[in-house]
Amino acid sequence: MASSTHTSPNSYYLPAPSHWPVVGSVAVFLLMLSLVMWMNDVNGGFLVMAAGFAVLLYFLFGWFGTVIRESESGLYNKQVDVSYRWAMSWFIFSEVMFFAAFFGALFYMRALSVPDLATGDNAELLWQGFSGRWPASGPGIEETFTPMGAWGIPAINTLILLTSGATVTWAHWGLKKNNRGQLTLGLFLTIALGILFLSLQIYEYVHAYHDLNLTLGAGAYGATFFMLTGFHGFHVTLGTIMLIVIFFRALKGHFTAERHFAFEAVSWYWHFVDVVWLMLFVLVYWL
Amino acid sequence: MEAVHGHAHEHGHDHHGPTGIMRYLTTTNHKDIGSMYLWFSFAMFLLGGAMAMVIRAELFQPGLQVVNPEVFNAMTTYHGLIMVFGAIMPAFVGFANWLIPMQIGAPDMAFPRMNNWSFWLLPPAALLLILAQFVPGGGAGVGWTMYPPLTIQQGMSMDLTIFAVHILGMSSIMGSINIITTVLNMRAPGMTLMKMPLFCWTWLITAYLLIAVMPVLAGAVTMLLTDRHFDTHFFNPAGGGDPVLFQHIFWFFGHPEVYIIAIPAFGVISQIIPAFARKPLFGYSSMVYATASIAILSFLVWAHHMYTVGMPVQAQLYFMFATMLIAVPTGVKVFNWVATMWKGSMTFETPMLFALGFLFLFTLGGFTGLVLAITPVDVQLHDTYYVVAHFHYVMVAGALFSAFGGIYFWLPKWTGKMYDETLGKWHFWLSFIFFNLAFFVQHFLGLAGMPRRIPDYSLQFADFNAVSTIGAFGFGLSQLLFLYIILKALRSGEKAPQKPWEGADSIEWTMLPTPAPYHSFEKPPVIR
Repeated sequence: MASSTHTSPNSYYLPAPSHWPVVGSVAVFLLMLSLVMWMNDVNGGFLVMAAGFAVLLYFLFGWFGTVIRESESGLYNKQVDVSYRWAMSWFIFSEVMFFAAFFGALFYMRALSVPDLATGDNAELLWQGFSGRWPASGPGIEETFTPMGAWGIPAINTLILLTSGATVTWAHWGLKKNNRGQLTLGLFLTIALGILFLSLQIYEYVHAYHDLNLTLGAGAYGATFFMLTGFHGFHVTLGTIMLIVIFFRALKGHFTAERHFAFEAVSWYWHFVDVVWLMLFVLVYWL
Repeated sequence: MEAVHGHAHEHGHDHHGPTGIMRYLTTTNHKDIGSMYLWFSFAMFLLGGAMAMVIRAELFQPGLQVVNPEVFNAMTTYHGLIMVFGAIMPAFVGFANWLIPMQIGAPDMAFPRMNNWSFWLLPPAALLLILAQFVPGGGAGVGWTMYPPLTIQQGMSMDLTIFAVHILGMSSIMGSINIITTVLNMRAPGMTLMKMPLFCWTWLITAYLLIAVMPVLAGAVTMLLTDRHFDTHFFNPAGGGDPVLFQHIFWFFGHPEVYIIAIPAFGVISQIIPAFARKPLFGYSSMVYATASIAILSFLVWAHHMYTVGMPVQAQLYFMFATMLIAVPTGVKVFNWVATMWKGSMTFETPMLFALGFLFLFTLGGFTGLVLAITPVDVQLHDTYYVVAHFHYVMVAGALFSAFGGIYFWLPKWTGKMYDETLGKWHFWLSFIFFNLAFFVQHFLGLAGMPRRIPDYSLQFADFNAVSTIGAFGFGLSQLLFLYIILKALRSGEKAPQKPWEGADSIEWTMLPTPAPYHSFEKPPVIR
């Protein structure tokens, strides 16, 4: 980094002017625009999307690369570390609220709107014969579906994610004892379990569409099932990518027993997706 | 804690980074970013204001004269979205950027690069909203609340709008994480939480609200998107869904959003009134607790926007009483502002005029809010111009007047230049008179039953509508005077002293030179 950066434990690091934020905005704009084009059958949507992803990758490598270099050259003191901890905590809180919107939709449909369509005037005048029992697709949908059982793949997936939470913690213990072998092995196992989880989720989705006739269009159940598990799966994917980055950084010798907030942030995130999964398992699959 | 800069220049120098446009594209400085927020906000204010002029021009007379109903509907939609997300919210984020580091004794925000990203996400979002006007089918005519099933039936413009809301949400969440972290972790030694200027407290609480509810809005519009394109039935009863579900999720975001806009305005007013009353703020700690109470209560009252959707009576009663409860902490605040002025040695420069205008008109808007909180009354007034009058008293005479007051108050500290006091007073009085001309009469229109968001109306509403339109155009033109005052101050304003306001006592006045240095506090000040 630059020459004037004498660092002492008393100095808060203020970064130099950086073009990465604007690059990120260009990427976000292109991606959002391409999604609109794709959804509305406008020609060229995929070209814009490809460009958007290219810029996004450049942006992610550039910005995270810069932060990692700054961190490794010791520019971040204790106070900067505390800033990162606050920020990651609040970011995870925002993610919790995002899932809360979809859980709220699930509770509302299950407890209010679906039973309501089977009572009173709705039952007598509009939707005769609709039982209103969960799992339901809705009174206006003719096709039937089979709901996803809890005690097959979902139960195995629960075990897989809980185990991965343990392995990432085991890796953290290794890092704190300065046992690099335990660190990398723990991370490797966590990543493998994450990929295994995602593979089983993909298998489950194929099974749902082909064998159970359970689709996004399957009314209240289908919409909440796929949106909740889908956004969770997306977050597991992000978490796995983050773990892979941390794994390669660990192989390169990054992190010390005392200073390794990047590792901790990713493990916090991993535990967060774990907790969301437990909620999903109980409220979407089981009950 | 001393600041260390990641670029190759010696300490104590002024700005050495890129110049021209690149300076602003790449900046990591809270003052540059704050200025960009404020200028962006003003540009959006003019754009959203132009849309309001289209609406008022159409409503000048009964019948259809100026635009067709589709365009009228699009104007109401984007006027609301642009004013809420493009003008008012970024204005107060601009204040937060400028002021929080200066008021807590920090060199900059906690995450300067992310700070810049928060800002630079706004122009793409604005671009999508503008683009939405020109795609086949025109702008979405759904209102800023985006209720289904109407939203499901719109064209491409709706998708552009949904993604714009997503980007605005990302920006707000990142900005809020930055602000919370700065307030919690960057305070100078000795600057305890309960010694912070009240503006910092209001932003701490606002940032918490934003992080809690912007993701909920993102979830709501995502469900709209999948209902539109991916065959889900969240808001379609045929699939077990319910359009009212959207309203619940939206207003779970939307009611705290009202306070996201109002609470930083409270913060600005709480800085201005003590300065011109030359007395410390009355009841500082009760102000903090009142603000926090408002924030907590704001999560528990959302369905008072939905009294006419067919909720059970018990739910209506609950939401009515919970809503009225908010009047208690708000009353504490108004009482404290008035008590601050009690026996003060007052002067009435432009910032104080705007603060007093805020106090009168915001309180009036609060009272009409209480009227609307009463379920049986609201059933009559729902979706009438009474509601429009109510929230413009809170948003324009509340948030916007507070922002104007804040600009006049801190402009000398920020730029080192004084504005023209005579013209400032003109700006206030023109705004105050024309605002009331535009919106006070809308109470009568609403009480008489004129529905909102309709381009035509019965003949008996004609006179008040003509008055309202004259007021609106007068108000709009008065804002060009504001632009002139600011540009004049920047070009040829008198040099400002370190502390132009005798009674101002927070540390940006007492410890920093005028204009404030590029990096506010390189070394942390000693706070006693």
